[in-house]
Amino acid sequence: MTATAPPEAPPEVDLGGEARSRRTDKGFTGLVALAGLTVLIVLGLILVTTSVQAWPAIALDPIEFLTGTRWSPSDEVFGTFGFLYGTLVTSVIAMIVAVPVSIGIALFITEVAHRRARRYIVTVVDLLATVPSVVFGLVGSIVLIPWVTPIYQWWSGVVAPVPGLNAIFDETNTGRNYFTAGLILAVMCIPIITSISREVFATVPDIDKQGAYALGATRWEMIKGAILPHSFGGLVGASMLGLGRAMGETIAVALVIGGAIGVNTNMFAPGNTMAAVIAQQWGESGGLHTDALIGIGVLLFAITVLINFLARVVVRRAEIQMKGAHS
Amino acid sequence: MTTLHGTTPPDLSGRNLSFRRSLADKSATFGIGLCVLIAALPLALVAWQVVSRGASTWSLDWFIEEIPRNYRTEGPGMGPAIVGTLVITGMAALLSIPIGVLGAVYLNEYGKNKPLARFIRTMADVMTGVPSIMMGLFIYVGYVTVIEERTGFAGALALACLMLPIVIRSTEEMLRLVPDELRQASAGLGARKWRTVMGVVLPAASSGITSGSLLAVARAAGETAPIIVTVGLTYVYKPDLFDGANTTLAAQIFRNASQPFAASQDRAWGAALTLIAIVFLFTILSRIVAARFAIDRR
Repeated sequence: MTATAPPEAPPEVDLGGEARSRRTDKGFTGLVALAGLTVLIVLGLILVTTSVQAWPAIALDPIEFLTGTRWSPSDEVFGTFGFLYGTLVTSVIAMIVAVPVSIGIALFITEVAHRRARRYIVTVVDLLATVPSVVFGLVGSIVLIPWVTPIYQWWSGVVAPVPGLNAIFDETNTGRNYFTAGLILAVMCIPIITSISREVFATVPDIDKQGAYALGATRWEMIKGAILPHSFGGLVGASMLGLGRAMGETIAVALVIGGAIGVNTNMFAPGNTMAAVIAQQWGESGGLHTDALIGIGVLLFAITVLINFLARVVVRRAEIQMKGAHS
Repeated sequence: MTTLHGTTPPDLSGRNLSFRRSLADKSATFGIGLCVLIAALPLALVAWQVVSRGASTWSLDWFIEEIPRNYRTEGPGMGPAIVGTLVITGMAALLSIPIGVLGAVYLNEYGKNKPLARFIRTMADVMTGVPSIMMGLFIYVGYVTVIEERTGFAGALALACLMLPIVIRSTEEMLRLVPDELRQASAGLGARKWRTVMGVVLPAASSGITSGSLLAVARAAGETAPIIVTVGLTYVYKPDLFDGANTTLAAQIFRNASQPFAASQDRAWGAALTLIAIVFLFTILSRIVAARFAIDRR
């Protein structure tokens, strides 16, 4: 061994150990935490600023604001119950149509479709989600309404002798009504309910499905016995997310619901929803009228946040249960 | 009789099934297939109607002329709305994507399972469900009434609020896919956390983040409700977002669709086709970027 010169000192590499770097690290931590907190700040600001702005209109008569059905901006009478009713009715119609269809699509994708066909169906559902809501409103108001009006008239004639049903499906002369709005909302909810249902079905353990098959079950019996009971909680959550979407949808509904004020049990009668009335009357509003419209928004915000929050809790709890049972 | 097939289900050809059971199975399969058709139908209807009615409006003038002031005036012109859509959405992306990405970094790299991070995660999910018109009302109250003018920038702010939770959640999903070995290797070399994040984690997830952000942009470009509340209306080119009222394609569709005149409805269809083209462009772009990401991960 010959004596060698001591190895050269390694070149200075800044690995971030300097004090300056430490400060940067602290600063960065603060920056990202602030960015994360933005969500909470924005949500809080939405609630506070809009509530404050809407307060003069609500304070006129808070009971009337929530329960009244008379909406007359020129007389400064703001009863929003008719809009709440419209929101509920259209969302319920949307859910009755969209939930079974979405679950069917999700089952088709996970259980029935061939692997290659699966991708095309997923694409169709994704494309449905990318169509802007105003385009659904446009197609609904100009194309769909002339088509469905005679169908509504025929159907109200068919059920006319049936008590109960004839109040729900009464005579009509327009396609701009609760029912059309509900159908369009259904189409818009299908993508979100389908995608969450798919995720839920994906958590069903293969061993359950194969067990059902091994016992001689047909595919439908396997779905009924293994998949649906396992996924029930998740499907409830998925439907609630769809409901939240349906209740907040504005523009498509504004174009097809007709814009009548009040409560009507006839699904074939024009009405209005909370979100749609804001869009329809915004342009011509001012002063207290604007504040009242913002008040409707605050109410809608509270309802949708509550529904979304519950839905997330339900979905998460269902996920934990599923994992817990089989891990 | 009792052959075992490993993991594949045993013979279920249905020869021995009772009529009732096989009928139930067949009709269930039929019903499930029908659901797919029910979903495909509106998509086909929208595509057919928008393309067949909108295509006739497309011409060079359509893309560059100003919008006619009268609903009854026939003829082209959607240029200001196209520019407005692109500029307002672009500004919204500029505002929301950096904050959203940093917020996701907090959730995945710093907060992890702390109560605060879990709460932010849930509230971001909740925020994706907030009706878009509410973002418009918020910006109207918090910005438009303060500066006392409806501007394109107000619309960009509203769209940014809408995009923020989507960007956060999609970015967080992508950050979660980055293997921990990369972080450990970076830390092992002595890099501080911010270096690891900026130099290793974010670049590794960059195409996934881009893809998710493009999807959020596509969604924001088609939004109408926040725009009509905050942006006002114009018929002329307004590339400067701070210079008074502006307009977008979606807002033009809404305005023109609610008129009974053929000329304005034609413009609505043309604007719908243009808007769908823009939205699809972003969506396809997002798919392409995402496909590249899948290769990266292999």
